[in-house]
Amino acid sequence: MGDYRQPVRLEEALEVLVRPYTVLSGGTDFYPARVGKAVDEDILDISRIKGLRGISSDGTGWRLGATTTWSELLAADLPPLFDGLKQAAREVGGQQIQNAGTLAGNLCNASPAADGVPPLLALDAEVELASRDKVRRLPLSSFIVGNRRTQLLSDELLVAIHVPRSTTQARSSFLKLGARRYLVISIVMAAATLEIAEDRVQTARIAVGACSAVAQRLPVLEVALAGEPLDARLAEKVQRAHLAPLTPIEDVRGSADYRLDVVVTLLRRLLAEVAS
Amino acid sequence: MRVAFTLNGRKVEWCGLPATRLAAALRDDLGLTGTKIGCDAGDCGACTVSLDGRQVCACLVAMGQMDARAVDTVEGLAAKDGALTALQDSFLAHGAAQCGICTPGMLMAAHDLLSRRAQPNRAEVEEALGGVLCRCTGYSKIVEAVLAAQTKVTAIAPSAGGAVGTRIVRVDGVVKVTGRDLFGADVMPADALWIRVVRSPHARARFALGDLGPLRARLAAVLTAADIPFNGYGIYPDIKDQPVLADGQVRYRGEAVLALVGVRTDVLAIRDQDVPITWAPEPPLVGIDAATAVDAPLVQADKPRNLLLDGGVRRGDAATAFGRCAAVAEGTFETSFVEHAYIEPEAGWAQRVGDRLEIHATTQTPYMDRDEIANVMRLPPEAVRIVPTACGGGFGGKLDLSVQPLTAVAAWKLRRPVALVYTRPESMAASTKRHPARVRAKFGCDATGKLVACDVTATFDTGAYASWGPTVANRVPVHAMGPYAVPNVRTWGEAFFTNGPPAGAFRGFGVPQAAIAHEAMMDELADQLGIDQLEFRHRNALQAGDTTGTGQKLEHSAGLAQCLEALRPHWRKAHEEVAAFNRKDGPKRRGVGIGCMWYGIGNTSMSNPSRMRMGLAADGTLTLYNGALDIGQGSNTIMAQIAADALGLPVAQVALVTGDTDLTADAGKTSASRQTFVSGRAAEAAGQDLRQHILRLANAGADARLSLDGAVLTVRDGAELHTLDLAKVGPLMGEGVFDPPTTPLDADGQGIPYATYAFAAQIATVEVDIELGTVKVLRIVAAHDVGKAINPTLVEGQIEGGIAQGLGLALMEEYVPGRTENLHDYLIPTVGDVPEIECLLIEDREPLGPSGAKGVGEPGLVPTAPAILGAVHHATGVRAHRVPLLPHRLREAIVALKGEQA
Repeated sequence: MGDYRQPVRLEEALEVLVRPYTVLSGGTDFYPARVGKAVDEDILDISRIKGLRGISSDGTGWRLGATTTWSELLAADLPPLFDGLKQAAREVGGQQIQNAGTLAGNLCNASPAADGVPPLLALDAEVELASRDKVRRLPLSSFIVGNRRTQLLSDELLVAIHVPRSTTQARSSFLKLGARRYLVISIVMAAATLEIAEDRVQTARIAVGACSAVAQRLPVLEVALAGEPLDARLAEKVQRAHLAPLTPIEDVRGSADYRLDVVVTLLRRLLAEVAS
Repeated sequence: MRVAFTLNGRKVEWCGLPATRLAAALRDDLGLTGTKIGCDAGDCGACTVSLDGRQVCACLVAMGQMDARAVDTVEGLAAKDGALTALQDSFLAHGAAQCGICTPGMLMAAHDLLSRRAQPNRAEVEEALGGVLCRCTGYSKIVEAVLAAQTKVTAIAPSAGGAVGTRIVRVDGVVKVTGRDLFGADVMPADALWIRVVRSPHARARFALGDLGPLRARLAAVLTAADIPFNGYGIYPDIKDQPVLADGQVRYRGEAVLALVGVRTDVLAIRDQDVPITWAPEPPLVGIDAATAVDAPLVQADKPRNLLLDGGVRRGDAATAFGRCAAVAEGTFETSFVEHAYIEPEAGWAQRVGDRLEIHATTQTPYMDRDEIANVMRLPPEAVRIVPTACGGGFGGKLDLSVQPLTAVAAWKLRRPVALVYTRPESMAASTKRHPARVRAKFGCDATGKLVACDVTATFDTGAYASWGPTVANRVPVHAMGPYAVPNVRTWGEAFFTNGPPAGAFRGFGVPQAAIAHEAMMDELADQLGIDQLEFRHRNALQAGDTTGTGQKLEHSAGLAQCLEALRPHWRKAHEEVAAFNRKDGPKRRGVGIGCMWYGIGNTSMSNPSRMRMGLAADGTLTLYNGALDIGQGSNTIMAQIAADALGLPVAQVALVTGDTDLTADAGKTSASRQTFVSGRAAEAAGQDLRQHILRLANAGADARLSLDGAVLTVRDGAELHTLDLAKVGPLMGEGVFDPPTTPLDADGQGIPYATYAFAAQIATVEVDIELGTVKVLRIVAAHDVGKAINPTLVEGQIEGGIAQGLGLALMEEYVPGRTENLHDYLIPTVGDVPEIECLLIEDREPLGPSGAKGVGEPGLVPTAPAILGAVHHATGVRAHRVPLLPHRLREAIVALKGEQA
């Protein structure tokens, strides 16, 4: 059997990470990867570190603690900016998973179909990575680098997710397409955040998941949306050419062509919803 | 690590490895096996418990995190005196528990909701239960039970002779809602050794074993093919083609190669890469075309052309008759491997008792298991005792051996109890599947819409081993013309070996695949002639007095026309509603479809007797010795209702002994929808026989009324009263046997394959998102001719559960070896996917059946996919030729159709 450490303070945890440990909190990705296998690796259980849990805000934005669960996010009093992330939270597994699974776990697991990634990309989120020696912040878009691969170093812990405050009114939304109602891995998903001023889109941030190894922002579409009036015509701005960053694969859930086809539909619906 | 926490309101301490899962600790260390493990991956929700007042999967919680926390399990719901909560009572009253394996998880998920919202609405209930999978019920009765949890219900207690036809609560219900029912993994002796099976990662390969000495030194045993006394098993007496452990060659991914036997943690700690096996993979035969290619290698050396079996039905002259048809429709339809996905993985244990073997395992067929294990062990059948545990869903998948042979061999050899529980991926990889089919169908009718001819060829991928392949290939030609009078018939069934998983028995034995084809043909012919699709079917429905394709004159109980008549108002209303909806623009289009089916009850042209005994002991205990296994469908209750009425005592006085081959007679297997009809008739005869004994002893007439009070049996015959003291005249025993009358089929498939048939028709209303290709089934109305509903709640449960599986077959279920070996890549319907279902029970009495009853286990599933696919066609114009109709397949077909139309 391996070592099991359960510090209550972050500093202790970072001290432990001087050598490699597998980080455990909600267990919703940890245990499914170990079905029928003896668990024998060294484990760092961060679930008892109070400072890693919960949501706070200040003038610059919000801090989502690493071990905040999806249910805690759903229960939190947050502005419409977070509607998209909350919609995604409701689609993570069933309520059992939402009650246990954590935001940071979803990011560190780095599945191409992670429900939390597109809405957090659309929120321009940053991740705060701490090690014994330093703390650094990375945009989420550069933190996840591939299928199940991140920039997290073996001595680092993802301690928080930061969402910047927008200077104007902002709205967000999220849509997920799966082959059944609950407990479903996305075929594709899309998230949008629109910052609004004088009934026009000031800034748009659009992200698509499960259509590439890492969820992608769609910068050309974002530019096309900027300055547009906030009405039903917004949806018509979406063009197939905007999907250039996406490189979907064919798998049991759908073909690559299908994914590109329905992303356009999802994006149009998403924009229609945010605009209404 | 030591943790102290509150368990069902009681302080407990636990000590062990901190990464231990809460589910395992509850079950293995704290004695609470009510929390079930279905996947160990958070995919099924069977292990749902309440942790600090919130539902979580106990399989995902580390014991190291449990200190100072509070967990509640299903065992903690009822009061200390055993009084059930209103929620548990509601589950019983609504028939919300079938096999019961998901019930603890469902109850805890619902409990979480009800603790927050006393009167939730349907949407809230679905949200709360969305994380728990049920494979039996179709969820309807579970949702109803949660919605009605505040409503006090009074249980029905029928008096003597009044049980049949009532909605009594299932006799084995209380243990299912309290977590006390014991399934395969719940009964392991503490001192049992465990097996971990090493399985093939390749679909086709040769292999050589290296030096097993080091492993053997660490473990109690490492079993190989050489350790198996007779290394072959299979359903048919003449086809024992599947090895217990592969001998140098594997034919499908997941095939068992080695069995590691030892202390549980020791065998689990050994990784596959630590086992010295040298693999030489070969290109596998995937699919029918690969298996039938001229240069295809043979999967089984003694089966030329990879052909397992073929045969068909010929009546009249179909080829010529097509020439005089006013309308002809043709099409080819393909289906995929479908996984049973019972929520209870295979589990059980064996021990040697002197010179006998005793096997406790989850199964659908104790006597077949007994004979098969005797054959593998080279023991006489009497030397094997099968003690079935509760069965957490089967659907045909637990008709084949799973854990039995390896636990038997190891226990015999080591003289120790030996246990084996499959993991979910192992269960999915190793077990049988529904046969993938390619059905080519051609149907023709005259100008009035009367069917004239049909020609159907159903080709099946039977996988690596025969299993139930012959049964499928035999049954389908009999059913492939559909439940219609067709004078000129040519049908053919054939099954080919491939390197897919063994395709076996799965609810319907190939008939659901064939129904997709014949029902599409009915729609196309009706549309060609401009005849309403329901009326077209009504015009052709088999009725009493008609002759089937096998030349069998149906004497009684052919209620398809009545089913269609009952559906007619629903059909018209659905069409009106859909038309109104579709007048609006938008990406959502609705459609209505209809599917019909017939289904022969029991084995095809083969004897399949059931024998039942009913005894009255000297102490007054009334026992039905019932060999018919209840795998959730409710046969324990059905048999008790039938036998109690036949005897003339209240059903509440009947105790059951079920399944144990030492204590009950052979009542055949729980398959082919046969238990109510065949075993039910035997139970009826056993009750009548016991009654005759009693009446003789009391010298009373046939109409005498019985009552039982302790050991005193009172017989009231008109004005006369006889009292029998069972302590003096007992024990008394009645016996009944029934074997449905059939005849063999000749070379043209002519004969009487079944004594009776179930009939059914279902209507589906769907909404298709034409831009995404998704299908939402909005409503299903199901009309089933069941002969007589012995217990309408249980009958509805079978229909609703069948519909959920039919929906899965149509829209989402596709087993791909190596790719969908878990319950998040392999999708079965959740509570949010199964629509509102209305059941219309038609009772066209079958004189051979108990109180007129037939079977309903499989029929619920058969018409569903055709009805859904017909509705999709109505909504979109797309005729699905391949299922599951996944969103990408439907969307691509919609785009292609638009291209053709443009």
